[in-house]
Amino acid sequence: MTDLRAAFLEELTSVAPDLDAASIGDDDHLQDDLGLDSMDFLNLVSALHKRFGLPIPEPDYPRLATPAKAAAYLAEKLGARR
Amino acid sequence: MPSLGADMEAGKLVEWLVKPGDQVKKGDVVAVVETQKGAIEIEIFQPGRIEELIAEVGQTLPVGAPLARLASEGEMAPSPSAPQPPVAPQSAAPSPPPAPAPIAPAAPSAPPPASSPPTAAAGMGPVLASPAARARAVELGVDLGAIPGSGPGGAVLLADVEQAATHLPAEPPAPTGKPGLDMAEMRRAIATAMSRSKREIPHYYLTHEIDLQAAQERLTAVNADRTPDRRLLLGALLVRATVGALAKVPELNGRFEADPFTPAAAVHCGLAIAMRGGGLIAPAILDAQAMDVDAIMDAMRDLVARTRTGRLRNSEITQGTITVSSLGETGVDALTGVIYPPQVALVGFGTPRLKPVVLDGAIVARLSVTATLAADHRISDGRRGAQFLGEIARLLQEPDIP
Repeated sequence: MTDLRAAFLEELTSVAPDLDAASIGDDDHLQDDLGLDSMDFLNLVSALHKRFGLPIPEPDYPRLATPAKAAAYLAEKLGARR
Repeated sequence: MPSLGADMEAGKLVEWLVKPGDQVKKGDVVAVVETQKGAIEIEIFQPGRIEELIAEVGQTLPVGAPLARLASEGEMAPSPSAPQPPVAPQSAAPSPPPAPAPIAPAAPSAPPPASSPPTAAAGMGPVLASPAARARAVELGVDLGAIPGSGPGGAVLLADVEQAATHLPAEPPAPTGKPGLDMAEMRRAIATAMSRSKREIPHYYLTHEIDLQAAQERLTAVNADRTPDRRLLLGALLVRATVGALAKVPELNGRFEADPFTPAAAVHCGLAIAMRGGGLIAPAILDAQAMDVDAIMDAMRDLVARTRTGRLRNSEITQGTITVSSLGETGVDALTGVIYPPQVALVGFGTPRLKPVVLDGAIVARLSVTATLAADHRISDGRRGAQFLGEIARLLQEPDIP
């Protein structure tokens, strides 16, 4: 879970290099708190898709709204696949 | 040093991507310059061979100062011992003793200039020149005041500008500034451009509410079958419709740099991209008129990514012919924009929301967006502006998604 959180933050700060991973809170909302726009968010989803091979359909987007939610989502989807 | 906007006074050379002897063609990226808009890749404006790199990495140079000497075709082999005469009068001596270069008036991080020769900051006064020469000088980033004119009364003609651009004189080294994007500088650049816009452009505004329900449904269906890297955003449809509508009202597309205004044939559609730290850059999708919605989406991804993490090119930040400013998903209802001079129109889109609309006599909830046109009243009138917004709305009812 901490690995997934770290991986998520790595992709997040790669899409938004002006964000500092250390200062991002688990419950920070990507759009409302961290200021991602829809293009940044889509680039993040694309990066996660590439890294984990998950389809991440649009209806699942709300489940990536914060680092905590995203880590739980990734754990669930990756666990289900194993 | 090319001008990367009317608001730019100086730029710092941070990288050379060519060396003496290299053959270059028009559009090649030859250098990287740090400006108020971040690091910008500089494309060369004509083919030839790099004769000499004049500016050194780390130098801050005023707009119009030479970066390199380019031999154009037909004058390929000048002897190094007989350099072509520098053109700008203020740097007539090719090798002055090194002295700190004077900085453009408001460069913030630079110490006050010490004893220095007269420089490119001169030549700011009115210069006699033909409109074509003026336009070309702006395009090439050449200081008109530094060009000897061959026309009546010493007026600078187009040929003089072309000639001057091929021999670029030397400039002494400047103290280096702090690297990175300077938010205070960017704010100042925005202030300059927007003040000029509000001072010079008689804006008029038109607003129209556009039904996006069909477009959104189509988008959702298309995206369901696509991997994330190929999905479309509503924003790409808005840009595609704006570009498409210009075919019907072409006079809203162009750059008002010479009177009379001539609409541009190509649509270089600027996108206002907000920086999280504050500030805004509006790089353009070049030749957007030839792109389908997928190509526009790819171009938008690329521009946003390079605005955030990489580099934009000088053509992208100096050639825009119209700008789209969209608030995206988390904004407010409407955006009434300020035209980015010398463009003549800007389309602002608010945040799409479910709104009650009357459809076939019944009130239903439909996804809607408010589009607001800001246009230059010297160039167009409300009736044509209304036709433009109407056409954007029409195109969005049947989005053309492959």
